[in-house]
Amino acid sequence: MKRKFKLITGALVVISLLAFVRCQSTSEGGALGGTAAQKVYVAPGEHDEFYALVSGGFSGQLAVYGLPSGRLFRVVPVFSVDAEKAYGFNEETKPMLNTSHGFIPWDDAHHPDISQTNGELDGRWVFINGNNTPRIARISLSTFETEEIIELPNSAGNHSSSFVTENTEYVVAGTRFSVPVPQQDISIDEYKGKFKGAMSFIKVDQETGHMDLSFQIMMPGFNYDLAHPGRGKSHGWMFFSTYNTEEANSLLEVNASQNDKDFIAAINWKKAEELIAAGEFTTMPSEYAHNVYDESTHSATSTIKKEVRVIDPSKHPGLVYFLPTPKSPHGCDVDPTGEYIIGSGKLAAALTAHSFTNMLDAIENKKFDGEAYGIPILNYDDVVAGVVQQAGLGPLHTEFDGKGNAYTTFFISSEVVKWKLGTWEVLDRQPTYYSVGHLMIPGGNSRKPFGKYVLAMNKITKDRYLPTGPELTQSAQLYDITGDKMELLLDFPTIGEPHYAAGIPADLIKPRQTKIYKLEENNHPFVARSEKDTKVVREGNEVHIYMTTIRSHFAPDNIEGIKVGDKVYFHVTNLEQDYDVPHGISMIGAQTSELLIMPGQTETFIWYPKKVGVWPFYCTDFCSALHQEMQGYVRVSPKGSNLPLKWTLDGE
Amino acid sequence: MSTSNIKHALRSLILLVIALHLVGCGPSAEEKEKRDKIKAQMTAPKDPLQNKGIGPVKSLTLGPIDEVMAREGKELFESLCTACHKIDKKFIGPSPKDILDRRSPEWIMNMILNPQEMVEKDPIAKQLLIEANGAPMANQSLTEEQARKILEYFRTL
Repeated sequence: MKRKFKLITGALVVISLLAFVRCQSTSEGGALGGTAAQKVYVAPGEHDEFYALVSGGFSGQLAVYGLPSGRLFRVVPVFSVDAEKAYGFNEETKPMLNTSHGFIPWDDAHHPDISQTNGELDGRWVFINGNNTPRIARISLSTFETEEIIELPNSAGNHSSSFVTENTEYVVAGTRFSVPVPQQDISIDEYKGKFKGAMSFIKVDQETGHMDLSFQIMMPGFNYDLAHPGRGKSHGWMFFSTYNTEEANSLLEVNASQNDKDFIAAINWKKAEELIAAGEFTTMPSEYAHNVYDESTHSATSTIKKEVRVIDPSKHPGLVYFLPTPKSPHGCDVDPTGEYIIGSGKLAAALTAHSFTNMLDAIENKKFDGEAYGIPILNYDDVVAGVVQQAGLGPLHTEFDGKGNAYTTFFISSEVVKWKLGTWEVLDRQPTYYSVGHLMIPGGNSRKPFGKYVLAMNKITKDRYLPTGPELTQSAQLYDITGDKMELLLDFPTIGEPHYAAGIPADLIKPRQTKIYKLEENNHPFVARSEKDTKVVREGNEVHIYMTTIRSHFAPDNIEGIKVGDKVYFHVTNLEQDYDVPHGISMIGAQTSELLIMPGQTETFIWYPKKVGVWPFYCTDFCSALHQEMQGYVRVSPKGSNLPLKWTLDGE
Repeated sequence: MSTSNIKHALRSLILLVIALHLVGCGPSAEEKEKRDKIKAQMTAPKDPLQNKGIGPVKSLTLGPIDEVMAREGKELFESLCTACHKIDKKFIGPSPKDILDRRSPEWIMNMILNPQEMVEKDPIAKQLLIEANGAPMANQSLTEEQARKILEYFRTL
């Protein structure tokens, strides 16, 4: 009996202790060393530690997630129209999507890269490339809006883009497809020699972020796959991976996979700057759009530029060198010290690490192994620093943890492999589900990685989520990399194709946030800064309504004197000056999206009334308890009616 | 120890353990203090002119009317407040005419500067929110200096 009592007492004590521990660990939350669930749990109302800015691939947009939770906060419209936010629908943002080919409502967004100072993330802007109609966008990390898009002439399949140099001097963009430069009506069989690959260096204004295409280096007609700027000791150089050095123009999957080695092209952009300063360039007629959104007018303008400065590397020794690299290298990644340039030969069994020091030595001693189109080829054995043997199948991309380790994705064998810089030994491997493309460590392509997590971005999910018909979600997977072994913590679904991402500590972004736009700084040409500025103006068959919104009414909300055949502009200013109080508006029969207007902002949509009657409009963003009361009417009279314009609110 | 004693001791132990669990995960002393504070704030003085509201303005002594400030306050009021407040009538919210007969100057400024907390906690502001059918007083992100100018304008009405 006594023994039984002791046993029961003991059991109760253990239960109490367990309960105590449970209460304790819940209050601490998310501490490392717990279960995977604890590590990714961000309690209600708490904030994530990192932002992950994940490209939407073929969605054309940029998605903003929190890490470690994987929660989606916002989709920033960049290259594709977004009806939810009126991007590309309202009159203010339509010019953002203008190109030399006209208005284009979509693109394929691939590689976001955050601006840097001294090789470290600074949180000012994120840049991203549009592949299909070559463009680079700049997104403000204060407003999370696309502020600027520049088109790239002479480029096609803008894939080895957009990567920023150590102090955001340039955002660099390389063509994937070579094309005739200038474009001309020639036989495709004339590819070899006639087609060129343009590498674009876009100067970034340090105050405004404004981009200016400074110059292009016109390279041989290979395919340029990815790129990375030098870091630290290699600052001033830019590295591009190439494939199709065979210069095939058909059935590339066979014909561009013949050579044992392709190249990593090393471009000395400091030297290019000197050439530009010395006038050693040609100015080529061209046509490309430069679109800028002005926060003060809340409107974008599009300008077509007419020329570009071009440098021919064959005429300037010392500007470009080729580093032979097996075999069709895809990723081209530079470690945080700037010493190693990692070429992921996607058809090779091994990963190649070139040494920047070896490269400089080989250049100095002119150890060349021939040339291609006037560009010296270095000797593979002279520049290679090490090889990671048998690491996996189909290596694609590498990021770094700042602790001497590298992490490479393998597409064919679906895994992330951790290996050591310098010894080239494989330390760990973890499966991904499935077919991983890029991976991202916050700051993992900069001089200062935050080596806590790696995010793997997968192309295929198969059975990982509830099925949704033939089209399944794509996804990202989060691994803890603080220990010797990587630990899979979380799968989360993503928008579009999560192509690449840039991660940054939340503390570098949160203090920069714009909360409202100040009404007194609103210089929109059709602003109504208060209700007394509201009016309706007719100019022929064009009618401009200067309207305001505040919780919870429009001013004016009764409008008469509109006629069938009019072109009616709704210029709507949100008078709120409070955080997180947008208003929306939509008009029955308007062949466009709603507007979604931030506090202090003005936006415009156009309505073509086609039918006589009295037609309502209403607020589309649930703004207050009286949101359902936030509505108005427009009376539409027949063409030729003499009813005068009249606009009121509450009869006044 | 007899069997009944053991049973008795066991029962007490089990009860103790259950009690400990309940207490262990219940509200902390800190949280209780917070709740008491909120309760205290909810029981504000009855005389509206004694109610200074909740916000950055704790105490304000009014001197003679400053015409320059009042003029600047009028401009601010017209650009940022008239969407909801008219001088000659109740619109979305009350008219500010003679407001100093009804409210303390501190309350007025706190209502301008800190409307969200005011309508949550201040008894007068809570009542006004109900009278306005739940239309909230908008925070127009004014500075204390700007709110003071608007108050000066209200004194001239």
